Amino acid sequence: MARKTIYEECDVLVVGGGMAGTGAAFEARHWGRDLKIICVEKANIDRSGAVAQGLYAINCYMGMQWGENMPEDHVRYARNDLMGLVREDLGYDMARHVDSTVHMFDEWGLPMMKNKEGRYQREGKWQIMIHGESYKPIVAEAAKKSADKIYNRIMITHLLKDESKQNRIGGAVGFNMRTGDYYVFKSKTVIVAAGGASHIFKPRAVGEGMGRTWYAPWSNGSAYALPIAVGAKMTQMENRIVLCRFKDGYGPVGAYFLHLKTYTQNANGENYEKKWYEKTKELVGEYIDHHPTPTCLRNHAFIQEVMAGGGPIHMVTKEAFQDPHLETIGWENFLGMTVGQAVVWASQNIDPKYTNPELTTSEPYVMGSHATCSGAWVSGPEDIAPDDYFWGYNRMMSVEGLFGAGDTVGGSAHKFSSGSFTEGRLAAKAAVKYIQDKKANGIQVSERQYQNLKEVIYKPMENYTVGRNEITGGTVSPSYISPIQGLQRLQKIMDEYVGGITYNYMTNENTLKKRTRVARMVARRS
Amino acid sequence: MSTFVYMTRCDGCGHCVDICPSDIMHIDETIRRAKNIEPNFCWECYSCVKACPNHAIDVRGYADFAPMGHSVRVRREEEKGTISWKIKFRNGTVKDFISPITTKPWGKFIPKLADGDKPNQGEMNSQILYSEPQGLNTNEELPKVEKSVFKKGVYY
Repeated sequence: MARKTIYEECDVLVVGGGMAGTGAAFEARHWGRDLKIICVEKANIDRSGAVAQGLYAINCYMGMQWGENMPEDHVRYARNDLMGLVREDLGYDMARHVDSTVHMFDEWGLPMMKNKEGRYQREGKWQIMIHGESYKPIVAEAAKKSADKIYNRIMITHLLKDESKQNRIGGAVGFNMRTGDYYVFKSKTVIVAAGGASHIFKPRAVGEGMGRTWYAPWSNGSAYALPIAVGAKMTQMENRIVLCRFKDGYGPVGAYFLHLKTYTQNANGENYEKKWYEKTKELVGEYIDHHPTPTCLRNHAFIQEVMAGGGPIHMVTKEAFQDPHLETIGWENFLGMTVGQAVVWASQNIDPKYTNPELTTSEPYVMGSHATCSGAWVSGPEDIAPDDYFWGYNRMMSVEGLFGAGDTVGGSAHKFSSGSFTEGRLAAKAAVKYIQDKKANGIQVSERQYQNLKEVIYKPMENYTVGRNEITGGTVSPSYISPIQGLQRLQKIMDEYVGGITYNYMTNENTLKKRTRVARMVARRS
Repeated sequence: MSTFVYMTRCDGCGHCVDICPSDIMHIDETIRRAKNIEPNFCWECYSCVKACPNHAIDVRGYADFAPMGHSVRVRREEEKGTISWKIKFRNGTVKDFISPITTKPWGKFIPKLADGDKPNQGEMNSQILYSEPQGLNTNEELPKVEKSVFKKGVYY
């Protein structure tokens, strides 16, 4: 194969140019003036990552300047929502810095909605409302001004290990989506700022609408695949996130609940959440009495109610939408971040002013920046992390020189867009410090290491190139399967054994063990 | 929805190919125009629709659940700093919306950090990030709590 190998060396390699990655590329320049900073993105950083489409709210802002919340308040909130399973040091650290991030966005031109007192308009206790259609192009500009180079359309597939010192990072490799060329980045530090995992479970829509997942379909789980492959310790990877959203379009409900004060009811017009109070209390104890009710428990009531025959569940919008101002917010909320929901309602003649729209619970996802905690086990910050949660550098994984931010970092939920950008900034400063402390000296990456990975990466293409001549045409081959066929195989296993929608999110030790046996068998040969 | 491209409006410029986050807008080699090669991986993010200088790209709701006869059209005007939407229901109802997309000229207020003041070693060794603590607007230092608090857990 005549594929070129392009070799590049740098100091800070940022994998992924979403919110966390742009934050990392930006901040790395401030602390590392003379360092070579490269950001690699598989799409185009102007519209990549989960915020590609825009956002109508920034879901994490303390408002310390107005005495609205302090970081410890956010720690309590996130801890309660995740029913205790959070790294408080990481959450606190993100929260104490997030306001400065948001203030920069404001300064850069992101349109923030303001209330009568001139404060950011609150959607809820933590959320502020924005006109964020161009959120991503704005932060991308910041990364472009800071990094030495932004590589668009390069998919990083593997990390490189240093060969002179055990358990130390040496760079990353990948391929160009356009040319197919092989890219090798030897780097002193790597910040994994890649996306969480959509599409690992069978989605509700299986035809053309398969791409209308809640999280972006291009969030392919690199956030976890990259660190896991080099032996990084992970945490809470079993924590799947299931979202309550408007049916089919997965339009967000946050603004509807918090700002428009709409509420849910079952098919008989009843408040079903109350009905499940006692049973949920038996399962989880006092958490059901906490305010706000942990999201997963509200979803639990939804799922139980539907199983008991109380569906469909509707959002009562008819009252709020009589107010033209609130009606506008209701629609713009979608147009700013989930246009697909507006399309679904337009096509089905659902005008929430006259019809209460239906809600659904999504297929599960694995990610670490929204209301979930999946991801890498990282060091906390020196000044506040308990001793066993600190090993030298903030946001460094259990592999030396390997940092994480955004979806990649586990245990620190409720970061959302602003917190992910902030975590990228934290990781970048720590990475610069790591280099300054001479921790990255003498890294060796042999040609053999990256040539071996090249073989692995291009093997499927070889299988295909040879195999396609064996058959007359079509998609059925005895020698290879296509990417979508592989994905569907994964989705079926996850759905049936790991608690997907078909099994009403249920799983147990035995089905998980069976999953492992089945997965080993089907993964062995394409 | 997924995107589709009108034959008579597309001139094959490739802006959509350049921007699509899902990498599914490609130029057809025979007709030299763009097309969505994998509609089932389209997020309906409208990045391509907004980027098309000829308004050649539109969206038809996903076949699984969206009956035809609707449209959601957009015009993003960077110079004006606005985005305008027109939603047409299947039953003919029309709704228009317009929102700002920026409050400043593009990129002008984003700093080039390489040209700014160099941080000193004390700042490097501290917990502050760029623009902090001033950027927090609190007239105070970066908040901090004792480590022991986290070992116990921040209880109610």
